[in-house]
Amino acid sequence: MTSHLHLWLIPLLPFAGFLINGILGRRLPKSLVTTVALAAPLAAFGVVLNAALGVFGTVAAATSLPYIESCPLPWINAGVLHVDFSFVLDQLSLVMLLVVTGVGFVIHVYSVGYMDDDAGYARYFSFLNLFLFFMSVLVLAGNALLMFVGWEGVGLASYLLIGFYFQKKSAADAGKKAFIVNRIGDVGFLFAMFLLVANFGTLTFTEVAAKLAYPGWNGGVVTVIALCLMLGAAGKSAQLPLYIWLPDAMEGPTPVSALIHAATMVTAGVYMVARTHVLFDHSPFALGVVAIVGAATALFAATIALVQNDIKRVLAYSTISQLGYMFLACGVAAYSAAIFHLVTHSFFKALLFLAAGSVIHAIGGEQDLRKMGGLRKKLPVTFWTMTAAVFAIAGFFPFAGFFSKDAILYAAFLQGTSGKVLWFVGLLTALLTSFYMFRLWYMAFMGESRSENLHAHESPWSMRGPLVILALLSVCGGWIGLERFGSFLAPSVGARAAAGGSAHLEVILSIVAVAVALEGWLIADKLYRRKPARPAQWAAALPAGYKLLANKYFVDEFYGATVVKPLLAISRFFLEWVVDVAILGGAAWLLGGVATFSGAILQRWQSGNLRSYAAWLAAGAAAVLLFLLVPWATVLATLPAIHLGMAGH
Amino acid sequence: MNSLFSQEVPLSWYLLLSAALFSLGVVGFLIKRNLITVFMSIELMLNGVNLSFVTFACQWHAVKGQIFVFFVMVVAAAEAAVGLAIIIAVFRARATLAVDRIDLMKL
Repeated sequence: MTSHLHLWLIPLLPFAGFLINGILGRRLPKSLVTTVALAAPLAAFGVVLNAALGVFGTVAAATSLPYIESCPLPWINAGVLHVDFSFVLDQLSLVMLLVVTGVGFVIHVYSVGYMDDDAGYARYFSFLNLFLFFMSVLVLAGNALLMFVGWEGVGLASYLLIGFYFQKKSAADAGKKAFIVNRIGDVGFLFAMFLLVANFGTLTFTEVAAKLAYPGWNGGVVTVIALCLMLGAAGKSAQLPLYIWLPDAMEGPTPVSALIHAATMVTAGVYMVARTHVLFDHSPFALGVVAIVGAATALFAATIALVQNDIKRVLAYSTISQLGYMFLACGVAAYSAAIFHLVTHSFFKALLFLAAGSVIHAIGGEQDLRKMGGLRKKLPVTFWTMTAAVFAIAGFFPFAGFFSKDAILYAAFLQGTSGKVLWFVGLLTALLTSFYMFRLWYMAFMGESRSENLHAHESPWSMRGPLVILALLSVCGGWIGLERFGSFLAPSVGARAAAGGSAHLEVILSIVAVAVALEGWLIADKLYRRKPARPAQWAAALPAGYKLLANKYFVDEFYGATVVKPLLAISRFFLEWVVDVAILGGAAWLLGGVATFSGAILQRWQSGNLRSYAAWLAAGAAAVLLFLLVPWATVLATLPAIHLGMAGH
Repeated sequence: MNSLFSQEVPLSWYLLLSAALFSLGVVGFLIKRNLITVFMSIELMLNGVNLSFVTFACQWHAVKGQIFVFFVMVVAAAEAAVGLAIIIAVFRARATLAVDRIDLMKL
């Protein structure tokens, strides 16, 4: 049955939606736009579900993975390099596709309510479908180049959606920032591809893995390739030092933040590392870098999130922090734990953003947590779903986040001494995560209303429905457990039995993790419910520390001063002096000069004297005559002979 | 007719005469300053060409050459009519026939 999965439909259906809404959207009635926009991802989800049922339904089908679907025509055929349009469905891409199309569809539904009165309704949905198209290409790609197409494509979709309110300068700037910062990461991906072609002669993942199976591929080139890939992943997945675009990406509409900048696109880096895990497995150094970057990002972003007052920015930094967790898991070669966290995170982070969107929608576009409060009674559905998500991200049993975060911390703990450090950083991050999420929860929903907008209203059902679905997933999504999830993924990402693990240890670590999460809640409870004056006092007592965090460690300013400004100065100089003065001015001067100079010479011909014209005419005729009379063939034939004769002397 | 030409006067003589006439025309055209003389030099060149036409027509027994000569004569007659008219007009306007002075085309 796996012979007719029609994988090509998964990207092409959203693409059709993009074309229809993108070209005709303005002229079509709104209901038709909605139908097209929702039907495309739903149908794609159906195709994925059909494939998934086939895989889960029969044991025989599960062993027939990976299932490959190639376009019969070759794409690139140059020397040793053969690249095809090939889609690969294996356990990893199947899980990822379920998340992308499933969560994607839910967010599409939510967007119908959220974007209802927006003038760019059709444009919005066409971009959203375009994103799904590229994302499914990225996930299904069987080789690095096709993945790169999807990779760049989601970057484009992300740019278009961040800058969706392009009349607003900050939104347009944020779009550009995301695009340019991503480009830095893409350079890494490109170099990795060049090195793959140079050293392996192929870009197909399975062939690279097959060649790596031979002994002798340790360190060296593999490390460089893996580090280049990591640079690409750090760009897309907002890791240190390229995370700066993600908080600014919150300028886009909130469902976009949920879909692209929390649930799916930013996880592409994690997915790519898992997809190319054989390379990382051959390079302990690269794995170490991945783990350290992940752990550092997790802690770094969590500290910034502590003091942010914009509800979406808190969530943005928490996304960066959670992505750091996933890289931490990749770094200790616990790829299935990373993908597990990716899946559960996509549930609760999408939910957090959508709930935040619902809050923002309800109180008239206000995003400042200090102006919220007391929304629990007014927005019951939003409140309860948000609560589920907060508990999930904080890692309380039995919510989804508990299982995946626990799996990551456990895997880190088993990696020797350095693993203990990573585990401790992870635990500290968990404490901070729990604290800032409950801080958000208290500030938005508890206490007295600080809002001037007293007519807060619950969102329409098109928005509440997705919240409920995602809330259910946030609660139950982790119940499958890492063991079953990991053994399902094992054929794709490999399974490593870590030494020294035991069920006993796992339980103890889980209890510690939950205790830490509880501690975070208690601190938040104390600071934001029982003694609400305390945070301000602390901020006043530690002005330097508070300023550092509130200004996000001044990283943007640092980059601005060290990279952006010099680069701007150089490009301004280049534009003004090299391009404008030297090239353009020089070209104009040269053209004019040549014309004037040759004119000055040639005008002497135009003497106006009849006899001089006649003389030129006669000379020309004589020249033609000479040309015709001289036997050129004979002359040319004798010339080399003369030359040789001279050389002979 | 052919025998008359080929036996008594060789072909090359006709051609040499034709070339001499043409070259005289060219030289006259280039060095003479009087517009009328220049004009006559052109006629000389045309007739030099005509001579080689009839020579070859005779040599190859082809009547085409002679027909060509008629055409050239007709055109030359027409050209003479127009050319002389222009010369008279120029003389009336400028009161000179020296080609060096008629240089209005000079910038």
